[in-house]
Amino acid sequence: MQITMTVNGTDVTNEVEPRVLLVHYIRDVLRLTGTHWGCDTSNCGTCVVLMDGQPVKSCTVLAAMADGHAITTVEGLATGGTLDPVQQGFMEEHGLQCGFCTPGMMLTARALLDVNPHPDDTEIRRAISGQICRCTGYATIVRSVHWAADHPAGMTEADAAGGDPAALDDSAGTTTEPGAAAAEAARAIPASQTEPEEVTA
Amino acid sequence: MTILQEHAPNPAADDEGRPIGYGRLQRKEDPRFVRGRGHYVDDITLPGMLHGAILRSPVAHARLVSIDTTAALAHPGVVAVITGADLLGLGLAWAPTLSADVQAVLVTDKVRFQGQEVAFVVAEDRYAARDALELIEVDYDVLPPVVDARKALDADAPVVRDEMEGRTDNHIFDWEAGNKAETDAVFAAADVVVSQEIVYPRSHPAPMETCGAVADFDAVTGKLTLYETSQAPHAHRTLFAMVAGIPEHKIRIVSPDIGGGFGNKVGIYPGYILAVVGSIVTGKPVKWMEDRSENLMSTSFARDYIMQGEIAATKDGRILAVRTNVLADHGAFNATAQPTKYPAGFFHIFTGSYDLQAAHCSVTGVYTNKAPGGVAYACSFRVTEAVYLVERLVDILAAKLEMDPAELRLKNLIKPEQFPYPNKTGWEYDSGDYERALRLSMKMAGYDDLRREQQAKRDRGELMGIGISFFTETVGAGPRKHMDIVGLGMNDGAELRVHPTGKAVVRISVQSQGQGHETTFAQIVAEEIGIPPEDIDVVHGDTDQTPFGLGTYGSRSTPVSGAAVALVARKVREKARFIAAAMLETRPEDLEWEKGRWFVKGDPSVGKTIAEIAMGAYGTVALPEGIDGNLDAEVTYDPPNLTFPFGAYICVVDVDPGTGHVTVRRFVAVDDCGTRINPMIIEGQVHGGLTDGVGMALMQFIEFDESGNNLGGSFMDYLIPTAMEVPDWETGYTVTPSPHHPIGAKGIGESATVGSPPAIVNAVVDALAPFGITHMDMPCTPARVWAAIQGRPRPPI
Repeated sequence: MQITMTVNGTDVTNEVEPRVLLVHYIRDVLRLTGTHWGCDTSNCGTCVVLMDGQPVKSCTVLAAMADGHAITTVEGLATGGTLDPVQQGFMEEHGLQCGFCTPGMMLTARALLDVNPHPDDTEIRRAISGQICRCTGYATIVRSVHWAADHPAGMTEADAAGGDPAALDDSAGTTTEPGAAAAEAARAIPASQTEPEEVTA
Repeated sequence: MTILQEHAPNPAADDEGRPIGYGRLQRKEDPRFVRGRGHYVDDITLPGMLHGAILRSPVAHARLVSIDTTAALAHPGVVAVITGADLLGLGLAWAPTLSADVQAVLVTDKVRFQGQEVAFVVAEDRYAARDALELIEVDYDVLPPVVDARKALDADAPVVRDEMEGRTDNHIFDWEAGNKAETDAVFAAADVVVSQEIVYPRSHPAPMETCGAVADFDAVTGKLTLYETSQAPHAHRTLFAMVAGIPEHKIRIVSPDIGGGFGNKVGIYPGYILAVVGSIVTGKPVKWMEDRSENLMSTSFARDYIMQGEIAATKDGRILAVRTNVLADHGAFNATAQPTKYPAGFFHIFTGSYDLQAAHCSVTGVYTNKAPGGVAYACSFRVTEAVYLVERLVDILAAKLEMDPAELRLKNLIKPEQFPYPNKTGWEYDSGDYERALRLSMKMAGYDDLRREQQAKRDRGELMGIGISFFTETVGAGPRKHMDIVGLGMNDGAELRVHPTGKAVVRISVQSQGQGHETTFAQIVAEEIGIPPEDIDVVHGDTDQTPFGLGTYGSRSTPVSGAAVALVARKVREKARFIAAAMLETRPEDLEWEKGRWFVKGDPSVGKTIAEIAMGAYGTVALPEGIDGNLDAEVTYDPPNLTFPFGAYICVVDVDPGTGHVTVRRFVAVDDCGTRINPMIIEGQVHGGLTDGVGMALMQFIEFDESGNNLGGSFMDYLIPTAMEVPDWETGYTVTPSPHHPIGAKGIGESATVGSPPAIVNAVVDALAPFGITHMDMPCTPARVWAAIQGRPRPPI
């Protein structure tokens, strides 16, 4: 059957079997491989895309069901070469490691911020609760979404130039000295690395 | 709440304030991942590529009577159907495992676990391949399975591996460590002895990306290119050469971006071999990508240790000895991934962080009708099991002695001045300052206040638990004298090339699966030669382009490959000294190093930067004898010992007495991995591991019914924590460098997965103390906790 949809702002038309899943249509036919496939029971959410602005698990939608709808994938998050604040937030706050859940997480975050520009921790956690991440333990993902909420225009020039100037306590503590070999090892270590025992942020 | 640590100071900044080397640094990997421009195996499409799918056994134990592939072959789009009989003809029906056993690639004689590979379909698209699986007719003669490891050695137990000559039982190995006679003597004289059977149940690492491969055999050149989800591409190349008979220089293994590994992607699975066979048979590239159920049912499980543990102490709380007998369920094939001489991995670090007089363990491995595996899921070669055993035993002892578990630990921790510390089973711990870490953790948690809060709640009938885990890891395998994987010494190579314009490429032998190697290895080079990390590219994962090494698992990247990278950079730095001396027309011994520059002693204004030296090295400068042109070097690092990071974890749980539901309310994790290369990345590693701990302690379980049916074969039943089940982690650290490591750094990646389950279970048991409960086995699901509260036998799930 022939289907037509808008993907990342561009109309696409293809002939597909009715049984083809949207995730496979996006990956195999459109070659947009940022959308991933992580389970077979609709639990993991690595396949999340936006359909008319709403997060959907594209492994649980037939491509035919997306006929006539607008789909946004991770490849469509940046506009005109400018990253979405969510994408920047994930980099700033280390919200990703292997990167496999990241596209789906970011799209859900975008959909959340579109309706709730300043979500609290619980609202963020609830929004991404249909998605599994194996690497991050979620806390930095929550921080990433907060970063995006706090920077709706993305990275400002001041951000880019200054980074985080927060005063950092560089208090030096004791250094273990198990022997001569340790002294050699310690010599290779910048002084401030050897035991800033507690740093309060 | 005060969060200690994080966003630690960037310790190294050059004169312009530009960061060099260590410290928080945004990842070089992120820009492609946040744009959907990563490059994972299933993203690969080659011209003419076909798709493979595996038919799997619906039963756990059965004779294979017949396979009829006629209808499948006739299905539109199907190109080939490969069976075990076909592989027998090629000598590929069985493949060697990492434990000197063999594993069936496709069933030839009988099925040995549910989900085992029976046939392989190659078709023009993935849908057609799946269709054809349904059309293969298989006749099975079902046999009684061995499901319970405790019954595997019974005289009347079915023999799982009856194809092995002369085999009449399911026994795989016996292994022991420590001194039994000494240990028994200490136990016989001890005031107090407590015993407990402690089960670490079967779980699965379940990376978000499953296992897969694209095999491309070029019949003209005879070269095999294999894109794989492999944590150890070089070792895979050697093994493929041994298995498939293709010469090693004609094999190129590429591990592209990997969507998490967690030990799942160390070994060679039948699917990889089948993709290669499919490509050879059809003359076209063949992709095989398993689905989640296949991943959970057939690839490497983790744990499955039944441990009978005992701890001996004086009545005032001096811990004297630990001993244990372990029954290890290895499934149908012994495919456990660990150094050859260690069939139970590094389990013999079960003496933990305590100064013992004696210790002994014996481990017996058995076959059952289950998937193979054992070592996976951030276990550091069975250290998860070892730490869980000793940290549970210490808590049970504390309850028996009516001592606070923190106090009992503080009384028995190995002291800083005792390092390097030889333990009673053969390890030499490199360094540690345990009491400092535990006291920091207790301070962050507000331990005394928590105990007061707990008492107040108990008085009101509410259930709150506080659990402590203090662990010592052993990571960085390892010295080639003792440690090898199928004969390959566990060393790692590094090659560093500084280009004429002062930009560098470092090639490493380990393989990131999200741990940030492309960032942190550049940071090590940056620190050593003084050029910024953004000017250094890290190349890994392609065996044609990188030096030989053993891959990433066992948290070995920083200890072994990180050391190789530091040393190769120092080698380049030293070569640069000679070239700089030639350029400055002085003697090398008259030069002094500052970050990024050699200068004349006593005259800092005269010197050459690394970039200037690089241009000189490739240029026309007359070089001294023995120094060749170009600015590069290579190193293979053989570690003198492993590294022994440690940590002090405190978990606070609330338990609903009506439902048995456990909420992890707080989790404080203090880790010490020596020198910290990138604190942002360390924190992320710890967060991920703590979440593993919540999963294992409270949710995850690969259980089997009496027929051998896998009851945890999908994400419907095998539960992974979501953002709703984990708290905001509180992390802190101390720094106790490894004295033998070139930059003082220890591994960290698996520490949190190792250290967190006992903290959580200790907290749950502590919460249930008013019911007289002193132990319960993982996972502490609501049903099991509720049953424990009711004093009932545990429910099946």
